[in-house]
Parts: sequence; C-alpha cells; structure tokens
Amino acid sequence: MATALPLKKKDFVSDQDVRWCPGCGDYAILAAIQKTMPTLGIPKEKFMFVSGIGCSSRFPYYMNTYGFHTIHGRAPALATGIKCTNPELMVWMITGDGDGLSIGGNHLLHVLRRNVDINILLFNNRIYGLTKGQYSPTSEVGKVTKSTPLGSIDAPLNPLRFALASEATFVARTYDTDVKHMSEVFEQAAAHKGVSFIEILQNCVIFNDGAFEEQVSKKVRQDKLLYLEDGKPMTFGKGGTSGLRINGFDLETVSWAEGEEVPADVVVHNASADNSTLAYLLSQFDDPLPMGVFRRVQRPTYDEAINAQVEFAKSKKPADLASLYRSGANTWTVS
Amino acid sequence: MNTQTPVEELDHVTVMFAGDSGDGMQLTGTQFTTTSAIIGNDVSTFPDFPAEIRAPAGTLPGVSGFQVHFGSVNIRTPGDSPDVLVAMNPAALKVNLTQLQDGATILVNEDAFTDAGLKKANYTSNPLDDGSLGAFRVIRIPLTTLNREALKDVELDSGGVDRCKNLFALGVMFWLYDRPLEPTLDWLSQKFAKKPILVEANAKALKTGYYYAETAEVFTTHYKVKRATHLPAGEYRQVDGNEALCLGLVTASHKAGVELFYGSYPITPASDVLHHLSKMKHFGVRTFQAEDEIAAVCSAIGAAYAGAIAVTGTSGPGVALKGEAIGLAVMTELPLVVINVQRAGPSTGMPTKTEQADLLQAMFGRNGECPVGIVAPATPSDCFTMGMEAVRLALTHMVPVFVLSDGYLANGAEPWKLPDPAGFPAMPVKFATADDGEFEGYKHDSETLSRPWALPGTPGLEHRIGGLEKWDVTGHISYDPENHHHMTAQRAAKIERMRVPDAVVDGDQEGDLLVISWGSTYGAITSAVEDFRKSNQAKIGHVHLRYLNPFPKNLGEVMGRFSKILVPELNMGQLCMLLRARYLVDAVSFPKVKGRPFQVAELVDRFRQAVKG
Repeated sequence: MATALPLKKKDFVSDQDVRWCPGCGDYAILAAIQKTMPTLGIPKEKFMFVSGIGCSSRFPYYMNTYGFHTIHGRAPALATGIKCTNPELMVWMITGDGDGLSIGGNHLLHVLRRNVDINILLFNNRIYGLTKGQYSPTSEVGKVTKSTPLGSIDAPLNPLRFALASEATFVARTYDTDVKHMSEVFEQAAAHKGVSFIEILQNCVIFNDGAFEEQVSKKVRQDKLLYLEDGKPMTFGKGGTSGLRINGFDLETVSWAEGEEVPADVVVHNASADNSTLAYLLSQFDDPLPMGVFRRVQRPTYDEAINAQVEFAKSKKPADLASLYRSGANTWTVS
Repeated sequence: MNTQTPVEELDHVTVMFAGDSGDGMQLTGTQFTTTSAIIGNDVSTFPDFPAEIRAPAGTLPGVSGFQVHFGSVNIRTPGDSPDVLVAMNPAALKVNLTQLQDGATILVNEDAFTDAGLKKANYTSNPLDDGSLGAFRVIRIPLTTLNREALKDVELDSGGVDRCKNLFALGVMFWLYDRPLEPTLDWLSQKFAKKPILVEANAKALKTGYYYAETAEVFTTHYKVKRATHLPAGEYRQVDGNEALCLGLVTASHKAGVELFYGSYPITPASDVLHHLSKMKHFGVRTFQAEDEIAAVCSAIGAAYAGAIAVTGTSGPGVALKGEAIGLAVMTELPLVVINVQRAGPSTGMPTKTEQADLLQAMFGRNGECPVGIVAPATPSDCFTMGMEAVRLALTHMVPVFVLSDGYLANGAEPWKLPDPAGFPAMPVKFATADDGEFEGYKHDSETLSRPWALPGTPGLEHRIGGLEKWDVTGHISYDPENHHHMTAQRAAKIERMRVPDAVVDGDQEGDLLVISWGSTYGAITSAVEDFRKSNQAKIGHVHLRYLNPFPKNLGEVMGRFSKILVPELNMGQLCMLLRARYLVDAVSFPKVKGRPFQVAELVDRFRQAVKG
C-alpha cells in the first residue's frame, strides 16, 4: 500500500540497524535527508536511492525507500539506466570521494555532462574509510595514511571544480554538522531540474578526524565560512563586515567597519549566470570557504531527451514487426 | 544468351569480389547476391573488410573483399575457397591468392597492373606475366579502359567515370553466371533517384560489361546455376547476424510488452547492434551509448531494475570489463541479456577476425560462483531466434543470459524467410504489486526460482537490493554461512532449471563418431558431415549445441551412443573441456584459431582421421 501523504521523517527510516562508526558524520547527513524528503511532497515509492561502494554507499539500506547498493564507482551508470527507464522517479545518488572521484570518476563526469535529472551527494571525508584508512583523491599532499607512511604525493582534486568542468547544471557545497544548511541545499537540489551535485564535507572520526575542523567547527565557522545566497552580496564574519570582491582574475576579501554600508564592489551572488567563471572563482577560494549553491543553470535533461526521441519515433511510425523485418532490405518470394 | 559459348551447369559456385576499399566491392557483391537470391539460388555471404578505415589506395591493407557462395543446393557457408576471384588491382590479387585452389579462375583488371600499382602491392614482378599464376585460369580485362570508353559520352568527371568500373565487372560476372540485370538496374534507379546521371552511368557500365563478356569471347564457357528447390515457399530477405539479433530482441520486447533498453559502447564487431537498435525507437527501444563498457552494462542493469528488457552488447574485451557488473546482476537476480560478438583475442587481438574463444569467459569469467545462461546462434538468421530465446530465459528466471555470436555470424548473411510475427507466443511478464500479499524481495518461485520483479515506483514494495549476499526470501543482507551456501546453490539451480530443447543428432543416431559443435561453425560442420557420409561407411552423427548453459538434458545420453567424440571449435578446446569435465567422456578437440572459419574440406579430412585412428 502507498504510504499516505504528508509523509513524516519516520516513514523514511528503514528497519535496518545503522552501522556507521559512532560519531560518524554520515549520521547527520542521513538525518538531514530523512528530515527533508517528507517535505518535498513526493510519494514515498517515487524515491530511489542508488549508491556505489564505501561507507557512504551503505546509505540506501537505512532509507525506507527503493534502494540499490551497486558496485564500486558505477552508481552514476545505474542511476542513468534507472532514470531513463522511469523518469518519474526522484533519484538520489550517494557516493564518496573515493567511489565518486577515483574508481568512478569517469562515470561521474559523464552523468554530469549529460545532465541526467538525479541528485548526487558526494560525502567528502578526504580518506578511505571502509578499507580502513588509505588516502583518497581529495586528501591533501603530505597526508600520512596507511598507504602513504611518508606522506601522500598525489595532488588532490577539488570536487566542485570537477563538477563545474563537467558542465554540471547545479553545484553546491554543504557540511555534515549543519543539518539546517544541508536541508536547505537538499531542497534546492530536489527542486532543480537536471543533475544536482552536492559536496558534503564530512568528518571521519576514525581515520581522518577533524578533516574540516579548521573551517566548520562552531568556533571558527563565522569567520571561515561564507554562505552563498542568490542575489545577495557575498559577506561573512561577525556582523557581516567582510566580503569578497573581484581583483583582476581573482577574488579577494575586503572588510569594513560595523554599521557601514556593504561596499559596492562586494560581489552579488548569481548562481544562474550563463558564464561559469564566478562559480569557478568561488570553487578556488578557501578562506573563507564558500557554502551553498555555486551554480544553477537550466539545460535539457538526458532522461527527458531520450524519452522524447522514443515518443517522437513512435508518433512517426507504428510498431509493426512485419514491416520492421522488411525495412531496409530487398525481399523476394520463393514459390 | 550467347549461343556460341558452351553452357555448363553447376550446383554451387563461390565468387570473391576484391578490390581497393574505394572500389565498391561490398556493393558489387551485395548486388550479385541479391540477384542470385531473386532468381532462386540459395546464398551465403561474407565480407572481408580491411582493418584500417582508409588505408592508402592500392595497398595491401586497403583491400576489401566480399565472398558469395550461391547454388541450387543447400548453401550453409560462404564457401571454402573462391572458384572465381575478381581482383580489381594487384593488392586484391595478392591478398586473396592464398585462398585459391589450383584451377580457380582469376578475373583481373589488367589496367591496374601498372608499375605503380604493382609496387603498392609489393610485387617485384608482374604476376600476370611472370608465370606465377600458372595454376589458375587468368582472364585479363582492361576494365578501366573499357569502362572509360563505354562512358565517354556521359557527362561525368573522370573520377566519377572510374567509380563505375565495379558495375562493369559486375556486368561481366552476370553474363558469366547467366543472371539478369534488371534487379540491379531497378536498384540503381532507386538508389540514385535524385542523381539521374549516376543511374545512367552505372547502368551503362553494367550493360557494357555484360555485352562485352558476351561478345569478346573472353570466356570459353559460361555457367548456369539452377534455382534451389529446398527453400520453403515464402518471402525472403538477406540478413546478417547483427541485424537478425536486433530483430529478435525487439520481437521479444514486443511480445513481452516491455520496452527494451540497450546500453553499449562501440566495439568491433558488435557496433552494428547499437546502430540497428538505435533505428528501432518506434518500438520503444532506448539506446544508450555509454562512456565505457562498464557504464554500458551498469546502465542496462539499472534499466532492468526499473522494468526494461535490458541488453548490453560488446565483444570479448568488453565482456572482460563488464564482469563485475554481470556478477551484480546475478546477485540482484535481475534479467539481463549480454551479447558477445566474439572476435579473435586475447587483448585487442584481431578485431575484424572471427573466433569463438570466449565460451569459458562467459561460463566462468567473474569472481565467485557466478553462473549465467548461455545461448549461441548457429547461423546469421538463427541470431533472430536465439536473441528471442535469451530474453525468454532471462525473464523467466530473472538472471543474466549470454548470447555468444561472433564476427562471422555478425557480418555473414544468408536468406531469411520472413516469419509471421503473430506466430510467436506472447512472453507474459508479471511485475510484483502490493496486492500480492506481504512483499518479500527474495522469495523464489518454486519452479523457475525467479524472484519477484518489483519496480521502483510501485507503492508499498519499497525494498533495498545490492551486491551483498542476501538472506533467501527476505533479501536482507546476510553473512550467514549456511545461507551463503544455499544461495550459491540456488543461483546455480536457476540455470539448471532453464527449459532448453533436447539435442538433436543429424546423420547417424549412433555409431563410430559424434561431432559436437556450437556457434558459427554450424554451416561448415553440417556440410562436412554430409560430405563425409557420401564417401565413407563409418557411422557419423552431429550435434550442434545452441544452448551451452545449461546443456540439453539428453546430451550425456546422446554422447553415450557413439564410440568417439570430436569437438571442432575455433578455440583451443573450450567446449571440449566442459564436456570432458561435466560428462567424463573422452571427447577430442579439433581446435583452429586462425581468425578464419573452418573449411569443409579440412573437417572432412579430420573426420576420416578420427574414424580411422
């Protein structure tokens, strides 16, 4: 039986015990998703959670929706097949920095450029957790891990720049200790028609504890994070007295005294600009670290287009097997 | 008809049209084939494309060939070796010469045997003059010159005129084998309806070639090949294996009332499957050209989960990449058809050459105990039937099923009697609903061992699946040792429970030698068994397997009726290994891995040796 609307958080909680490590950032993300999904006004059976392999990819088991825990890195391809076959589903894809950017980097690139209308949550904890502590494609240079006793020599990848370069139409960042901000971003991703890519900064208490502490801890957040809001100047800091302005080909911070007007050269955020330069500049900036929606543009979706071609073809020609067998061939009769 | 030239009647003839890739040999061969079929011959064809896309003109790698075997008798292969080689240039001669047997006829365009042409083909002396072709009957025709002369009044540039010389050669061959020009003339008018000048030029070249052959007395004999009498009445077309497979898949989808999803990544010789299916969208076919082989199979698995008839197609290297995902489909018990149009391997191997060396890969090429169904078409048109069968088995048992085609089937063509679509039974598909009672994702049907196909979007059936081992019935994650053993056995039992037809023995039903084969070798081996029986007293039977996993139930019993078993394969003995392992029989392998199909003659020799030794 269908679960009656309006749905509640408990409708999305499955009967499986959650098996992440105590204190893992994934708990908060799960809670934020379970809190946000009932608000979307979509019947429960339309929700589909698809994941790859890794700690984050256990996620579908904990959602009382349709769920597919697939194989390492390949969730984008499965999600594409699912969404193209049933475009009415609201597909959420759960991946991590290893699953999405290492083994599955190729698929992530292509699901983004195709603009398949799914929502991708990339849990970035800058470490391999499930395999017990090797460096990941987002680990910083010099990081000492089980597989890099003398420090990692790999240059890290920035997930947002990857998404922007892959022509993603919705690109956002949030973090695991702010359920409210996560929920707002998830709601916007759900509302976006086209692929949504969300990097979630996530702490791994066991193998990379404090991964983003310098930016997201309650103590420093106010000065170290910049919350992007469309149509509003990019300000941060206590009293909102600092902001970002353009200098040449870069962004720089500027501060002013409390009570003064926001300077005119502080950039007003526009996620929907045709040109992705601003989003790209923001993605390179880390002090303060921008949070929220970097980019949101409209482009035809792949799942609609593939189905539109099928509908078009059906409208032009009847599905008649006997004529299909003859099409494009010379036929002759043996009597 | 020329009454001056004696007419000889032949049962069957093999002709190879060979030239530069720009010479239009595929078109020439196709026209010759179509005309032969229209006048009632049985036909079988095989193209030999150059591996390079645009090799330099006149060079050895640039040679394109088209072999056609036609006759009044049952034609099952494109022919062992050409009776006539049409060579448009020295390279075409050189590449195909090794195929010819003494006494074969070689028709050459002698205009192409210039110093430059010979040099491009790495000839140090002119084979037309140096005596090296002494074993053959060589017919020299200045095709380029004659064709230019014929078209001198046609307003076409010299390049356009020269491009018609293949039609001149075709005209010569039509006269030689007493075929009508009308089908080709009709085809030209349709093909170039918007360019009448090309209709005129090509038609003129064709007719002039025909009349030239008739009047110039270049041949001492010409031939008649009567219509075949064994072909059942009906409407026919030529079909190659890749297209037949697509038609079978779409027919199955239509009969099941479930739309088809094809996820694929281009690869020789399977790409045509993607091309054909992408033109069948009016049947609800969704084609997805994925970013790689893994994405191709994964998209198909996603589609299967969401309720499509899901198919992925590739060749051997692609199957190697898809292995892990196929395991996911086995574990999640979803219907999936995996097409492997095999080619010569390993690694990149010889992409344009044929081989059947991926049987063990299909059987075992995944981690863990991971059984799948395997079917193998026997002929190009059988790809239609086995494509349908693969869908039937996958849907019935909720399991991946391999179709092992190969380059020889994919590109080879034969007449196909158009079936009546109404004659195929419906393939009922049942999707689970909440009305079926309490939903249990891994509750298995007692007969087929299939689990419910519960589509996302169905109210009340929300559930989770994945690659982790499951409890039987509930489908929850399980590391329980007994359950894993049970589930492993159950996945194997699914395959064993597939209903496949019994093996049929052609020839003697018991006796000295049983030949067992599978896949594209059917034509050559059937012909060889027939030939052998004409000349040898030994009792020989032939079983051709179209179902390889599971094997037909009676196979063990059939093998027991013969004292010797020989297994010819285009690999190093893969089916033979399976038969020996499964049935403890002393089957002997006859392996061949040359990128080429078996020849009837070499098989007959091997049978003789087998019954003697």
